[in-house]
Amino acid sequence: MRITLRDIRKQYGKVNANDGIDLEITEGSIHGILGENGAGKSTLMKVLAGYTVKTSGKILINGRPAEYDHPSQATRLGIGMLYQDPLDFPPLTVLENFMMGLDRGLVSREEAYRLRLREMADHFGFHLDPDTAVERLTVGERQQLELVRLLALGVEVLILDEPTTGISSLQKQALFSALRKLAREGKTILLVSHKLEDVEALCDRITVLRRGRVEGSMVLPFEGGRLLAWMFGNELAPPPCFERRTEEGAPTLAMEEVSALGGRAGLSPCQVAVRQGEVVGLAGLEGSGQGLFLRLAGGLEKPETGKIRVAEEDMTGKDHHAYRAKGVTFLPAGRLEEGLMPGLTITEHFALQQPKGIVIHWPKAWEMAQQGIGRFRIRGSPHSAAESLSGGNQQRLLLALLPANPLLLLLEHPTRGLDMDSVRWVWEKLMAYAAQGTSIVFSSAELDEIFQMAGRVLVFFNGVVVKNVRTCDTTMEELAKAIAGKG
Amino acid sequence: MHLFLENSRPKELLIKVFFIAGGVFCLTSLVLLVAGAPPWPAFYHLFVGALGSWSKLAQVLMVWIPLTLCACGLLYSFRIGLWNIGVEGQVVAGAIASTAVLRFGVESGSPSLMIVMAFAGGILGGSAWAILAGFLKTKGGVNEIFGGLGLNFVAQGITLWLIFGPWKRPGVGSMSGTELFPESLWLPTFLSARLSPAGLVLTVLALVAAAWVLNRTRLGLALKGIGSNPKAAYLHGLNPSTYFILAMGLAGGCAGLAGAFQVTGVYHRLIPVISSNYGYLALLVVMLANYRVWGSPWIAFFFACLNVGSIQLPIVLKLDSSLSGIIQGALVLTTLLVYGLRSAGSRLKLRG
Repeated sequence: MRITLRDIRKQYGKVNANDGIDLEITEGSIHGILGENGAGKSTLMKVLAGYTVKTSGKILINGRPAEYDHPSQATRLGIGMLYQDPLDFPPLTVLENFMMGLDRGLVSREEAYRLRLREMADHFGFHLDPDTAVERLTVGERQQLELVRLLALGVEVLILDEPTTGISSLQKQALFSALRKLAREGKTILLVSHKLEDVEALCDRITVLRRGRVEGSMVLPFEGGRLLAWMFGNELAPPPCFERRTEEGAPTLAMEEVSALGGRAGLSPCQVAVRQGEVVGLAGLEGSGQGLFLRLAGGLEKPETGKIRVAEEDMTGKDHHAYRAKGVTFLPAGRLEEGLMPGLTITEHFALQQPKGIVIHWPKAWEMAQQGIGRFRIRGSPHSAAESLSGGNQQRLLLALLPANPLLLLLEHPTRGLDMDSVRWVWEKLMAYAAQGTSIVFSSAELDEIFQMAGRVLVFFNGVVVKNVRTCDTTMEELAKAIAGKG
Repeated sequence: MHLFLENSRPKELLIKVFFIAGGVFCLTSLVLLVAGAPPWPAFYHLFVGALGSWSKLAQVLMVWIPLTLCACGLLYSFRIGLWNIGVEGQVVAGAIASTAVLRFGVESGSPSLMIVMAFAGGILGGSAWAILAGFLKTKGGVNEIFGGLGLNFVAQGITLWLIFGPWKRPGVGSMSGTELFPESLWLPTFLSARLSPAGLVLTVLALVAAAWVLNRTRLGLALKGIGSNPKAAYLHGLNPSTYFILAMGLAGGCAGLAGAFQVTGVYHRLIPVISSNYGYLALLVVMLANYRVWGSPWIAFFFACLNVGSIQLPIVLKLDSSLSGIIQGALVLTTLLVYGLRSAGSRLKLRG
């Protein structure tokens, strides 16, 4: 099946996730869609899969325009998508999941489907036990099941969104050989990834998206350098290097051979030390272990192995409140999901910061709120509910609630979703903390931001810290490679 | 949870009340017509049955007291986001504890002290029962709804066992309950009607205390914060598990007080249906009151009127007294429907 996308646009509020994308996907090819986090890849694929309704544009199937706005309609047309997080039913068995959507009619023909599942799994060399509950499978196995299920539904065009994240290298091999087989059989494969390595190994054509637009397209043989430049923009020049205190301060955080399970990739044993006043940026694709690292450092997750020290004291195994008492503060990426309490006003948030005591001194809390609003230029009033604030103002409120003299600030995507003005402003405040001697560790999807703000950068890939360098001693190109797993 | 939490303007509120009242009226009339009974006389007798005389009003208040006490307790647990359906069992546990104290006090020389002790015992009994559900949640990962429901059955079972076993009447145990306590151990009443001033005072105190704790204290704010987002509250230094237990303890204490009141002020013994389902009814009261302290006593009063008023119906109209249940149910359903339709409407407006 041949797919043509014409001028696809998708707006989320004021954000253009897809800003006029034209794309031609030929039958029997494996087409890679490459791009950074937030480049618009997933949105484009969800539009194609009928999961998201596009704002404007046309989709042609074999040259004929097709209109649909539901995944099941797309499946009927022969387009199926394997989502980043498999959309399956964890408590049901493999066989039950396989039959979902296939088996119609009153009487279930379980035995027939059992046979069909086995045949298809054998065809691709997958090992799937039909009677195991899906929740006991690995991500890789769930993916194999989903793949087989989509094919059984008669899908001709298969979209895979970041399929290689969180699966073993053996499963990756099995997946890749299955995809090659499918392409030979005339199916069309669309592979979405930000991992250059994978796309290069598998695809025969690559299209790079950047900021919602097509940046360029290339057929075999690929030039890695040009693809990277398309992905990260042409401004891969060495950025200005700020003089920062790095080596001399006392250690605030030390991770000694710390490893942990969780997230998509877990965290392999790592050795990291952060000193007073240091600003450390965590780079890497989403879900490569940065989030887990920050949560370990804040006592929100417990390590499997290794020791965590805060200000030279062994804190391994203690809970977040013990870390808090030592001066560690964690600001999560989900401001409303994890950081603030929706339904509570700004004043109420400040009132909770008051020193212990039975009765709340409301006038004082009101005053604190008023001061915070003034000093942090929050657009809201003391009785505004947290959820009524815009993203930028929610972040300002979180910053206003920080203790005066933290030892260590752990920030998950501190500027995600903020406008330029707020970003600059947030960093001004954070740098003032660093100047006081507070250590700052932050994760960011923007390489530019890490380069500008951090004195040191850690690059995560698949749960491993693959790079730990001063920003002065590296280049954007080198980091971009490390992020894409080619370091 | 936040269904009604938005502050609606008076005009909007009036429209809602109109629709809810209309809905309740239509639904209930429909049920009556199907049952072959004339709606108007039914409503009339319901009204007169509840508020037709001072003694009726006293009866209504005697229902209002335990219902409002339970509602007070639920305000704490709802504030932290817990569905304390175990409130029913907590009333029973309070009643059992206070019966135990009174049985001990039958021989005692100072009955008024024993009554005070019976109330204290009721509070402790209800609290302990609720805290048990709290620990099941925080330590055992049992959802408070299931834990509470399970404990309700256990409390009911213990009551029956006591009535037919260790505490049975001399001779043979019966469904009518344990031996009646001597009148010296009854909660004093005034008027010819059986209205207990102590009960009224305690209930008003419980309401004032709930309002104060929830609105003025750190504890109240912590409950609200955790109820709104336990993860964020944890990052802000609050420990949700501790507060879950505290909130359950407070909720159970109020429910236990209601149980103690049922024993000392109403039945003067332990009976199998000692809670009279006031716990479950109080869940509806608090929901309809929008989880607000000062809305609860009014809704509770209305529910109490329905309960007492419907006692008349079988005698006068040969109708079953379950009509009050139908009206209460219809009220909850139409309220949910009106608010649900409204928010669906505003969502549609947003999309369009």
